[in-house]
Amino acid sequence: MSRTLVIVLLISPLFGFLINGLFGKFLKGNEKLSGGIGALAVLVSFICAIVAFAGVQGGAVLEGESGVLYEWIAGEGFTFNIGFHVDALTTVMLLVITGVGFLIHVYSIGYMHGDAGYTRYFAYLNLFVFAMLVLVLGNNYLMMFVGWEGVGLCSYLLIGFWYEKQSATDAGKKAFIVNRIGDFGFLLGMFTLFAAFGSLDFAAIFGAAEANDFQQVFGGITLVIATLLLFVGAVGKSAQIPLYVWLPDAMEGPTPVSALIHAATMVTAGVYMIARSAVLYELAHTGEVVAWIGVLTAFFAATIAITQNDIKRILAYSTVSQLGYMFVGVGVGAYASGIFHLMTHAFFKGLMFLAAGSVMHAMANELDMRKMGGLKAKMPITHWTFFIGAFAMAGPFLSGFWSKDEILHSAWGSNPAIYVIGLITAFLTAFYMFRLIFVTFYGQSRVESDVAAHLHESPPVMWVPLAILAIPSAIIGLLLGWGGHDSAFHHFTDNVFKAAKEIGSGGHGEASGSMVLFMIISGIVGLVGIGAAWMRYSKRTPSAQPGTALHKLVANKYYIDEIYTAVFVQPIKNVSHYLLWRIVDTGIIDGIVNGVAGAIRIVGGTLRRLQTGVVQAYIVSMVVGIVIFLAYYLFML
Amino acid sequence: MGLEYYLMLSALLFTTGVVGVLVRRNAIIIFMCIELMLNAANLAFVAISRSLGQTEGQVFVFFVMTVAAAEVAIGLAIIVSVFKHRQTINVDEVNSLKG
Amino acid sequence: MNPEQVLFFVFGLIALAGAISVISFRHPIYSALALIITFFAQAGLFVLLGAHFVAAAQVIVYAGAIMVLFLFVIMLLNLGRRDPGSAAGRGKWKGIAVILGILFAAEGIYIAVNALSDNTAVASAQPAAESVTTYDIGTLLFSKYLLPFEVTSLILLAALIGVIVLVKRERPRTISRIRISITRD
Repeated sequence: MSRTLVIVLLISPLFGFLINGLFGKFLKGNEKLSGGIGALAVLVSFICAIVAFAGVQGGAVLEGESGVLYEWIAGEGFTFNIGFHVDALTTVMLLVITGVGFLIHVYSIGYMHGDAGYTRYFAYLNLFVFAMLVLVLGNNYLMMFVGWEGVGLCSYLLIGFWYEKQSATDAGKKAFIVNRIGDFGFLLGMFTLFAAFGSLDFAAIFGAAEANDFQQVFGGITLVIATLLLFVGAVGKSAQIPLYVWLPDAMEGPTPVSALIHAATMVTAGVYMIARSAVLYELAHTGEVVAWIGVLTAFFAATIAITQNDIKRILAYSTVSQLGYMFVGVGVGAYASGIFHLMTHAFFKGLMFLAAGSVMHAMANELDMRKMGGLKAKMPITHWTFFIGAFAMAGPFLSGFWSKDEILHSAWGSNPAIYVIGLITAFLTAFYMFRLIFVTFYGQSRVESDVAAHLHESPPVMWVPLAILAIPSAIIGLLLGWGGHDSAFHHFTDNVFKAAKEIGSGGHGEASGSMVLFMIISGIVGLVGIGAAWMRYSKRTPSAQPGTALHKLVANKYYIDEIYTAVFVQPIKNVSHYLLWRIVDTGIIDGIVNGVAGAIRIVGGTLRRLQTGVVQAYIVSMVVGIVIFLAYYLFML
Repeated sequence: MGLEYYLMLSALLFTTGVVGVLVRRNAIIIFMCIELMLNAANLAFVAISRSLGQTEGQVFVFFVMTVAAAEVAIGLAIIVSVFKHRQTINVDEVNSLKG
Repeated sequence: MNPEQVLFFVFGLIALAGAISVISFRHPIYSALALIITFFAQAGLFVLLGAHFVAAAQVIVYAGAIMVLFLFVIMLLNLGRRDPGSAAGRGKWKGIAVILGILFAAEGIYIAVNALSDNTAVASAQPAAESVTTYDIGTLLFSKYLLPFEVTSLILLAALIGVIVLVKRERPRTISRIRISITRD
């Protein structure tokens, strides 16, 4: 039963992809059908996910070690299987992917209306959901990697969806190339694990690692190297320092794509991977590195977000920032909290992206919030849902507050410095989110007159998903997060992280001190941030020109892109141009090719003269040969 | 008579044929020289056959004659054909295959 | 010297003289006639070797059929009168040809004298067996060498067809050929 369930869950989006991808030509002109198939495919998966969720209550595991579907690669000394592992962690991911995914599919039906690539869009989107499901369902690192690459591919395809636009294709390529760096690390990590354990199965690896029964390929630091290499993969996929640069550019894709892939699901794959590998990270004690990278990214991205004026970019940087929080969570050993934040973030960030898409939809694809203002009156639903999303992320009581607070609380127990940076980031978060809200929805309208004429609320197919997403964004934190480390969510995922908790219990993890105190502090910080934003931006427009040098520095994203260009891109270009092209390619390779051809031409030109066409000349040479051969045969042998 | 005398004669006849092919330009005479060489080979065949007391050598001569007959027929047809095109059968004037 | 030896030298010298005449005469007709003399002398040598059937075939096939064909073609192309000088042995390769010929002949004689004398079975100069009868050849041809024998018939058939194809006159093509030859000139 459960196996069939998982297969249906997995295959359904694949079918959606195949139908839309292969027969899209016949569905053209019937957007309802095309989008309906896409959404339906994910809905089926969502229903299956709910059933699976019900099945893993109380720490049960569906399709555990025995969940081998079939043997994929069998070789001398190794076997890779297609197999599933469905536990509480998996079902959380499944629910997020299919649930949020379904709503975004529905939203896309309206958002993509009239687009030339309508069926292509839904085909990609279904393929993405399929790849993401492979990523979370696999019971070994190889399957995870297949999904990992699959979502990377879909991300690339969808960022560059409007491929006529140069900036979109560039952004797609950037995302792909930056991700490759991470994927390379992931691959090396997998190789290390395989060399050490002779297997890539989660169960086998974690069991052997706990028993300290594996090949020490790098001496005592085998696990450290393996986990750090895997973390490089996570850094690339989840847009952390120093590989975060692709995510803001990824906003070139359609907004629902940003919501689904670059906020709710794909970018959290790194967090999932670390949570899944919790045992290894605990044994290697590399969680500290993860947490520091996470908190620095959180802070760094938040500062950039303050200075941006493009609403999608602000959301992108806030995603980077929130992903940093998640890494802090899994880094300090609060795996359940990290995953909890992943879930709440999926809701409220997905919601905000969709709301931003709604704004764009009304504003004729305008993204600069300086040209907005006062939209509250025209777009009440969008405004309120956006507000709920922002408040869930920044302010007290709504969902993000609970999950973030758990993380901060755990961070305090691990390293107070991380907690302090995290708290400052929380303030910045509140500030930039409400800067966005106030500038966009409040104050004087700065909308250009021709756009203002048909400013309207989005159609129901778009605002209904917003409204639905707003509900969990608002209440799920309270429902599942009440009680902090003793909450419903923690109980649900307890079994998954039990092994890791036991290993890590000596070092860090549970924080000391009252949870309530921490909640009050971060609540106040959030409210102060909102207040500061209100003071500064409720009446005024952000100035067009950056004022101080610091502002300028931050507004230009610390010139990170420029630095990367100067340090990596330009030298590679120069090496390619001057060394590889000018010298190696045209000089050596072409030289060899042309030289061979030239030599043959010279030799041929010389030998050509031997071909006189006179038969007797040929016979003479033949007889000379015979005479010489005979002489050799008779006198030499 | 010793076998070696027959073989010497055969070698001399063959050489004469080779030299003829090299020095003459008339295609028909070149052809005759080829026949001369074939005959020299036949002579060696028969002489060795005799020396070994085997009949096979003479059977081969029979085959050589058959092939020679076919070859002459084809060769002369080609010469006639070439002459019709070129009005000559001098082999150094027929050099279309010059590289 | 017994009569056989005398006859060998007589026939051998005639054959050599004929062969040298073939490559020396300017006129193809003379060459052809010299070749016939060589063939006849060889037939005599075959008789001396006890190969009566081969001797008969030599006279009938070579001296008869093949040489008639040669003479027929020479006369058909009317080469006798036409540019006798060009047929003469004034080839560029004359000097080198003579040198090569001497080397080649030396090697051949070396083989005849030395190489084979090492082999005792072959070295016995005097004929070991009685003369081979036509009966023996026929038996061999139609038993052991039946397949090659049949294949030679195919070769002859192929040659027959080939010759017809090569020299057949095609009316429309002939005209175009003439035109081509005119433009070439």
